[in-house]
Amino acid sequence: MPGKLKVKIVAGRHLPVMDRASDLTDAFVEVKFGNTTFKTDVYLKSLNPQWNSEWFKFEVDDEDLQDEPLQITVLDHDTYSANDAIGKVYIDIDPLLYSEAATVISGWFPIYDTIHGIRGEINVVVKVDLFNDLNRFRQSSCGVKFFCTTSIPKCYRAVIIHGFVEELVVNEDPEYQWIDRIRTPRASNEARQRLISLMSGELQRKIGLKVLEMRGNAVVGYLQCFDLEGESGLVVRAIGTACTLDKLSSPAAFLPACNSPSKEMKEIPFNEDPNPNTHSSGPSTPLKNQTYSFSPSKSYSRQSSSSDTDLSLTPKTGMGSGSAGKEGGPFKALLRQQTQSALEQREFPFFTLTAFPPGFLVHVGGVVSARSVKLLDRIHNPDEPETRDAWWAEIRQEIKSHAKALGCHAVVGYSESTSICEEVCILSASGTAAVLNPRFLQDGTMEGCLEQRLEENLPAGCGFCHIPYDELNMPFPAHLTYCCNCRKQKVPDVLFTTIDLPTDAIVIGKGCLIQARLCRLKKKAQAEANATAISNLLPFMEYEVHTQLMNKLKLKGMNALFGLRIQITVGENMLMGLASATGVYLAALPTPGGIQIAGKTPNDGSYEQHISHMQKKINDTIAKNKELYEINPPEIAEEIIGSPIPEPRQRSRLLRSQSESSDEVMELDLSHGKKDAFVLEIDDTDAMEDVHSLLTDVPPPSGFYSCNTEIMPGINNWTSEIQMFTSVRVIRLSSLNLTNQALNKNFNDLCENLLKSLYFKLRSMIPCCLCHVNFTVSLPEDELIQVTVTAVAITFDKNQALQTTKPHVEKSLQRASTDNEELLQFPLELCSDSLPSHPFPPAKAVTVEKASPMGEGNFRNRSAPPCANSTVGVVKMTPLSFIPGAKITKYLGIINMFFIRETTSLREEGGVSGFLHAFIAEVFAMVRAHVAALGGNAVVSYIMKQCVFMENPNKNQAQCLINVSGDAVIFVRESELEVVSAQQPTANCQPLCTGGEVTT
Amino acid sequence: MTSELDIFVGNTTLIDEDVYRLWLDGYSVSDAVALRVRSGILEQTGATAAVLQSDTMDHYRTFHMLERLLHAPPKLLHQLIFQIPPSRQALLIERYYAFDEAFVREVLGKKLSKGTKKDLDDISTKTGITLKSCRRQFDNFKRVFKVVEEMRGSLVDNIQQHFLLSDRLARDYAAIVFFANNRFETGKKKLQYLSFGDFAFCAELMIQNWTLGAIGEAPTDPDSQVDDMDVDLDKEFLQDLKELKVLVADKDLLDLHKSLVCTALRGKLSVFSEMEANFKNLSRGLVNVAAKLTHNKDVRDLFVDLVEKFVEPCRSDHWPLNDVRLFLNQYSASVHSLDGFRHPTLWDRYMGTLRGCLLRLYHD
Repeated sequence: MPGKLKVKIVAGRHLPVMDRASDLTDAFVEVKFGNTTFKTDVYLKSLNPQWNSEWFKFEVDDEDLQDEPLQITVLDHDTYSANDAIGKVYIDIDPLLYSEAATVISGWFPIYDTIHGIRGEINVVVKVDLFNDLNRFRQSSCGVKFFCTTSIPKCYRAVIIHGFVEELVVNEDPEYQWIDRIRTPRASNEARQRLISLMSGELQRKIGLKVLEMRGNAVVGYLQCFDLEGESGLVVRAIGTACTLDKLSSPAAFLPACNSPSKEMKEIPFNEDPNPNTHSSGPSTPLKNQTYSFSPSKSYSRQSSSSDTDLSLTPKTGMGSGSAGKEGGPFKALLRQQTQSALEQREFPFFTLTAFPPGFLVHVGGVVSARSVKLLDRIHNPDEPETRDAWWAEIRQEIKSHAKALGCHAVVGYSESTSICEEVCILSASGTAAVLNPRFLQDGTMEGCLEQRLEENLPAGCGFCHIPYDELNMPFPAHLTYCCNCRKQKVPDVLFTTIDLPTDAIVIGKGCLIQARLCRLKKKAQAEANATAISNLLPFMEYEVHTQLMNKLKLKGMNALFGLRIQITVGENMLMGLASATGVYLAALPTPGGIQIAGKTPNDGSYEQHISHMQKKINDTIAKNKELYEINPPEIAEEIIGSPIPEPRQRSRLLRSQSESSDEVMELDLSHGKKDAFVLEIDDTDAMEDVHSLLTDVPPPSGFYSCNTEIMPGINNWTSEIQMFTSVRVIRLSSLNLTNQALNKNFNDLCENLLKSLYFKLRSMIPCCLCHVNFTVSLPEDELIQVTVTAVAITFDKNQALQTTKPHVEKSLQRASTDNEELLQFPLELCSDSLPSHPFPPAKAVTVEKASPMGEGNFRNRSAPPCANSTVGVVKMTPLSFIPGAKITKYLGIINMFFIRETTSLREEGGVSGFLHAFIAEVFAMVRAHVAALGGNAVVSYIMKQCVFMENPNKNQAQCLINVSGDAVIFVRESELEVVSAQQPTANCQPLCTGGEVTT
Repeated sequence: MTSELDIFVGNTTLIDEDVYRLWLDGYSVSDAVALRVRSGILEQTGATAAVLQSDTMDHYRTFHMLERLLHAPPKLLHQLIFQIPPSRQALLIERYYAFDEAFVREVLGKKLSKGTKKDLDDISTKTGITLKSCRRQFDNFKRVFKVVEEMRGSLVDNIQQHFLLSDRLARDYAAIVFFANNRFETGKKKLQYLSFGDFAFCAELMIQNWTLGAIGEAPTDPDSQVDDMDVDLDKEFLQDLKELKVLVADKDLLDLHKSLVCTALRGKLSVFSEMEANFKNLSRGLVNVAAKLTHNKDVRDLFVDLVEKFVEPCRSDHWPLNDVRLFLNQYSASVHSLDGFRHPTLWDRYMGTLRGCLLRLYHD
């Protein structure tokens, strides 16, 4: 009996009137954990009852502590009839189970009812006394910390990153059980909420056990999802990255002098470091390389197993032997061997992280993805979810082999998703193939020498771009050049990844959100025929999405995509594809060529004219975009780039399927004089429209930027104002004459209008950037398309942005090298060697300079909120892993909540919009209340994983399920911290700060 | 393609002040969109009409959800559903309880009952304020009235505490509640030249001096709130006012009073002769108003009487405001020199307030 849970019910407020006669309520509370229930006294005739109960004590196993939620029900006492339920509060007590997180949960919780929404609040105090348990065969995993954040959390240091953990549990969905026909909707919803809560507790416990087995103590990048498979059941699955984390002793962690370089590096881009200049490793080491690759590949299981035509997965041997670098070669091989041995022990060398400690990521190969179409059938034995496990294992195996084909031994930025329609399910997985530094992967025996060599040989800023694969035996046609930064290693012409932009990457100009959108009609079909149809469509969708992304990227004048997420959604009669990514110009990669249009019928004069008109428009757009995003790469003389790569023919691929049925794939060999020009062939109206749609994407209004990664490249002077939001839109398609084009246009308009609305709504925050823009598409019904967007708008200081554009080359260089020496422990020779030969390109200054003291002053003014007499503490929510202008001082535990809301009076609640608006606001409120009760003041890495909305306007009914998660944290404003650090004479950031002032 | 559902929910609730104003003014979504288009917002932001429509709908929905909380402002502060910075909360409340001058003049002093509500249609037509906005304003008056009507203590403080209004607005509401409770007539044609501000000023003076609370608020004992009712006039005081009648009933007293005032003001007034000629009429008017205040009906007509008996006669003789002030000061002060008069305190309580009111009411 290793745990004692103690609960005290203090008071209630704002309760609803339950007795019409007196306009009052006789409320009491039931507290339930497992099978034990306690009750408070009835507090007569009050809407603000003061129960002030005794401590209710539950003596339970820690296994139960992990699985079960604490369930608090508020009821209205009725002498003559059954007591009426007012609502419930579910409290996940997991955060109390590990020592470093919260110690007590205490605060006001909204009382939630699945039919009426929030009905008043209740004040509860919860504590847990844990006893040490020496039983080796225990089933609990108390003590393992969970983080949604997909990077090493701010106040920790990664000792070892163990790798992939996954688990899934299945059950019958209560909504589809026979009993559901006789119970009330409320009972059914509550059964479902409770079951999912139990299942996620169980899942978390099981993952924790795996982590303990790997000798880790934490899961980072924990992603848990529900698959509502309908009749066939309910699946809760989770993936994450097991780590061994070390807590940084908090006060020292805030000073730059601390002995944890990894932590320092991580924080610099977030503008949290008091020293404005630390982030200068880039310019001082202008040696860069890079790599690109995109391998759309998928397997279609069941009857239709079509292998991908695009990518031949020839097994490669001796991957490490033929590497491209000159002096880097032998080292690379060594590195690879070490890493391989470290990773080979693992079944799946996957990492759900998207940002890494410095030096962790050595090379990036490109995006790897796999999809599979499955037919769902009833889960017969919930205790043995083998089928689902096997499905995912298959897909992961495929991802692994794709990564191998790219010469990579690991996959980072890995994620999994599903899309379900009736009994068809598309399973998807994607990630970025990469070569990793083994130093973090096993016990730090080799840390010393390897670290040293690494940093010598792989200049920060471009190393990750260098190709990891063998250039003579490339897995796909690509155009390689020497890295524009270091000139020593080969890089691809374009790089696609699912990770965040590495903090040390050298970027020119700003980035922008790039989306590819696509719909395909599909005949309605049953079971296997349906699965086959979907399987046949997928390769085309995937290829077209890729083409669109490529075109849009080139139109922006950029050469790399980060945070790429391709979502394929299946509906009754259509498939939707939505890809979002953040485009940037990596200094290491070559300047992208333009887009050329070629007509099919060259004889027609007016047609020619039209073509040239279009061409001009495209060229204008590219030029305009370059200006807009401040992309002015330094001119590089052709000879510096070096001799062309062995394969002289420059190949660009173009896929265009002329009609839906045709699988004709053209590969064009283009020998235009222009370097890697991208040619669009206009051979039919379809293609014409595509070109048009390319040009119709409007850039955000001035003062606005957007990206789907954590931070916007090129902007680093964030102020503290943030606004997280969720926006949902559903459109009904006119069922008449639905063609692919009309569908595409509708979908495109939907997304564009949604973005426009966001820009308009947030105009008061200008200059601002929408970060972590996350689009989710679902097809709830035949003619309905639902798009859900969650993002955070962050303001930045425009004056400082301007300031950075006038470069003080000399000074910043000087400072840069000093910083490196002092803080990053880079050998000084490296800087001095590389500097004279490569004049410092002015544009790079943008990434160099950081918040100036002046900006900090502004920020300080802003950050003093007129905290009035309001009793409700502000809780910030953000999908990012950090809070601008603030330091996270403590992680309090994971927030993972699932809510159902149903109504039978849809019209009275303001229609579908009113209903969902209120529900989402309530979900936010409940998240905030839980965080506040844990003692926190923010949720980071917040994500709305599911928002399933169903309506039946004829019956005046609607139902919605929402699943959200994130990390509850305590943050402290940087301005407040400065006061603390200023009082410490040892704060050695002082001289550097003054250095920053010189430039202003 | 039709939009079935379109929502935006921020962790911090977005409040657009312009849209809030339009909503408060009772415009429908389509009217509000049209007005926003006319304001040139599309050109400024490069947005489309569809974007504006969606934005307006969204804000209206938010306001609609907030309205329930605005009815009891402390709830807005303690609720958990909408995260709104305190300054914004204050703005929401202040604007929600703000009212139109034209509207308040129509209902000031009227009984805030359902019967009056039917007249809102007429008021709306007359003032050009939308019916919806009239409803909101009327309901606000009524709500505040209902809450503080029976409360002890300072009226302004009570309103501030229960509705979290600014000092200025709380004072205005105190005036509205006070007028509604005492049913002062303000709608007569001859009172039309008076603004709400004029009445509110008078109300404040009357609350300070003529109510039960006026006695309880002795500076020596500010905590004592026994019988401290700001809403009702002090009935005993009104009864006592009858005693003042002697000032005009007793011919000697009246003559003495007149001579004292005339001696003191000779050469100081531009309208001295008019004053001298009118003194008895004016004095009779002022004292009779006091004596009549025992009847509810006459209390209601207080302002009508003041205007008829004092403001209009002076105005027809073109008294400058400064002369009115000099006269009233002298008129009040001289009473203390009248030997036969035994109610100087009562006189001061009455005349001190009345003098303030009259000076405020005396304008074109």
